[in-house]
Amino acid sequence: MTHFDEMKGSEGVVRSCYRLVEDWLAHTPPTLLEARRAQAELMFRRIGITFAVYGEQEATERLIPFDIIPRILSQSEWVKLEAGLKQRVKTLNMFIADIYGAQEAIRAGVIPEDIVLRNACYRPEMAGHRVPHDVWVQIAGIDIVRVDDQDFYVLEDNARTPSGVSYMLENREVMMRLMPELFARHRVAPVENYTDELLTCLKSVAPASARGEPNVVLLTPGQYNSAYYEHSFLADRLGVELVEGNDLFVREDVVYMRTTRGPQRVDVIYRRIDDEFLDPLVFRPDSALGVAGLMGAYLAGNVTLANAVGTGIADDKAIYTYMPEIIRFFTGEEPILKNVPTWRCREEDAAKYVLDHLGELVVKEVNGSGGYGMLVGPHSTKEQIAAFAEKVKADPANYIAQPTLSLSTCPAFAGDSIGARHVDLRPFVLTGANGVRAVPGGLTRVAMKEGSLVVNSSQGGGTKDTWIIEDTPGAGQRQQQSQSFQSQGGS
Amino acid sequence: MRIAVRHETHYTYATPPKSIIQLLRLTPRSHEGQHVISWRIDCDADCRLKAGEDAFGNITHTFTVAQRVSSLSLVVEGHVETFDTAGVVRYAVERFSPLLYLRETALTEADAGIEDLGRTCLARGPLDGLHELMGRIHARMQFDTDPTHAATSAKDAWSLGRGVCQDYAQIFIAAARAGGTPARYISGHFFRDDGVVDQEAGHAWAEAYIPDLGWVGFDPANCMCPCESHVRIAFGLDYLDAAPVRGAQNAGVGESLRVNVAVSQARAQRQN
Repeated sequence: MTHFDEMKGSEGVVRSCYRLVEDWLAHTPPTLLEARRAQAELMFRRIGITFAVYGEQEATERLIPFDIIPRILSQSEWVKLEAGLKQRVKTLNMFIADIYGAQEAIRAGVIPEDIVLRNACYRPEMAGHRVPHDVWVQIAGIDIVRVDDQDFYVLEDNARTPSGVSYMLENREVMMRLMPELFARHRVAPVENYTDELLTCLKSVAPASARGEPNVVLLTPGQYNSAYYEHSFLADRLGVELVEGNDLFVREDVVYMRTTRGPQRVDVIYRRIDDEFLDPLVFRPDSALGVAGLMGAYLAGNVTLANAVGTGIADDKAIYTYMPEIIRFFTGEEPILKNVPTWRCREEDAAKYVLDHLGELVVKEVNGSGGYGMLVGPHSTKEQIAAFAEKVKADPANYIAQPTLSLSTCPAFAGDSIGARHVDLRPFVLTGANGVRAVPGGLTRVAMKEGSLVVNSSQGGGTKDTWIIEDTPGAGQRQQQSQSFQSQGGS
Repeated sequence: MRIAVRHETHYTYATPPKSIIQLLRLTPRSHEGQHVISWRIDCDADCRLKAGEDAFGNITHTFTVAQRVSSLSLVVEGHVETFDTAGVVRYAVERFSPLLYLRETALTEADAGIEDLGRTCLARGPLDGLHELMGRIHARMQFDTDPTHAATSAKDAWSLGRGVCQDYAQIFIAAARAGGTPARYISGHFFRDDGVVDQEAGHAWAEAYIPDLGWVGFDPANCMCPCESHVRIAFGLDYLDAAPVRGAQNAGVGESLRVNVAVSQARAQRQN
């Protein structure tokens, strides 16, 4: 399959934003790259940044492979991507507010009513409620892929509790320590102010009842959660308390945190637990992770949850297929970011097509995530395809299918040499009372296996630092740079 | 019929919890089939009952007991005038389109058997099909308070072939939805015409949505459509949405629960 390489382009001509990186790679011996890779791994081990993989008995905690070759996007590419991300996230917020409010999008026929109401992510509890500043998705992670040098495609929207931002931040820190010389040659847009922006954003959506400086906490399901490292990392960087359900309680519809100095009122909860576990009185009664009475306090307007309850309705894969129409409906604009063409198996014709072409398609569960429960047709055996066909036949509405996109590749240092590997990008978009902001860059995920299209960390994918740089880096200084790389290589 | 309800819930704790929080759905609303004449909830602990509504419009009361208590009693008392509407529920609070009630929940998930049951019955058209469904569930299930509990799912109860009104209702709901008919769970009280007043628990049944008729009740445990013997308290997608009491406590062990429900025919009050 032919694909677009972000360094070499489609015709094998090095794209200008990659000039210096290509030069650096050409002049750096593999032994040095390997040494850097080993150093990076050591740093990550020392930091303790790990990830739990569900379904594996041994090694529940492991390192996500880190690739030391940065992924480059030019400033002008970013400008377009950023505009698209803002448009998309603004729309997500308007859409959710509408779904729990007037339901204009349903009445106008933009989206079928049953897809919303029958969806397990639609929360009747939120119907008729508004949230502070109408911000439902304070933190969004939008998964982006490219197939050429023109367009960005949204693979999925993550509007619940998107994770991965700690990797974006840690990757940058490690790269700055490992590759100061490469940084010196580029003007890389900073990402490290993400946590300041996040804190500002969280405080901006505090309920009107908050007195003085809003008290923000981060609610984690605890150390057995796969993203616990990220929760503790973010709480630390934000300078807020990391709490579990047991640390909070509700009295007269107000949330308090137990502290050694007595109960302390909580105004904003950056929650990293799913809706279903938030409050045993309203959702799953067996949940020991949540806070009894939290929904009462929330609906009374005495605490803000970020993200809001019920945002899952916007990042559902069945809803995704309607996003272009939803964007046009709410903004009156053409979508800047494209949707991957999608067959909805709930529609009979589509289901038939999908079943006939399973070998060419990527089929996903409507509510699945993390690469679980999906079929990548071209990479599956006949038996796998046949087994999956049965699942689709049994419950067609639960599946969507997309063509196997020829995802773009970037150079990656794999084993002992440099090879092209498929990548995606998860930029993080913050929405507060004062608007929408995307942090320049994001988390690049890379399929470390040659030819593999699955970048999920739960499926063995790795990560890269993502650089937004000027369109033509280091113009006029080329000679000097290659020399300096040569001397680096020789040392 | 004028029905008098007295519903007592008593908790005792071997080790008192530090605090208790509860969400109650114990208060009926009026609709065409019932008129609430009087209703009150008493809690013997030092707390304030805060009235509200849940997602579906059911009346809720929330309270927190912030000090250690070794026992807690809730007493609900009231009178309701009921009318026979042949099971049809009109002028009740309806916040959502019937489509919402096609949604499967963990407690109402259908297995192959229930799915088959629902599809077969409903192939006969909605009204006949739902009566057929009610009849089949009533015939196959054996009333037994032992093997199931509040968290038993429809499919588990169906494969056991035993259960209580909650299980009957949830099987009915799961099957109806599998057959493409919106259905929901109702919690309430049932007046027995055999003279038995004291009951161990409240009652439960189901409602299904029939085009042209609207929501219609089906009581598979009694194999009848709700009539003037039924007092409708709360509804939702399954037991959890309509549960009379949902609570949590901080610390404390050895909770034991005793429920007493007395449903009787109220005599007209006489002025002396």
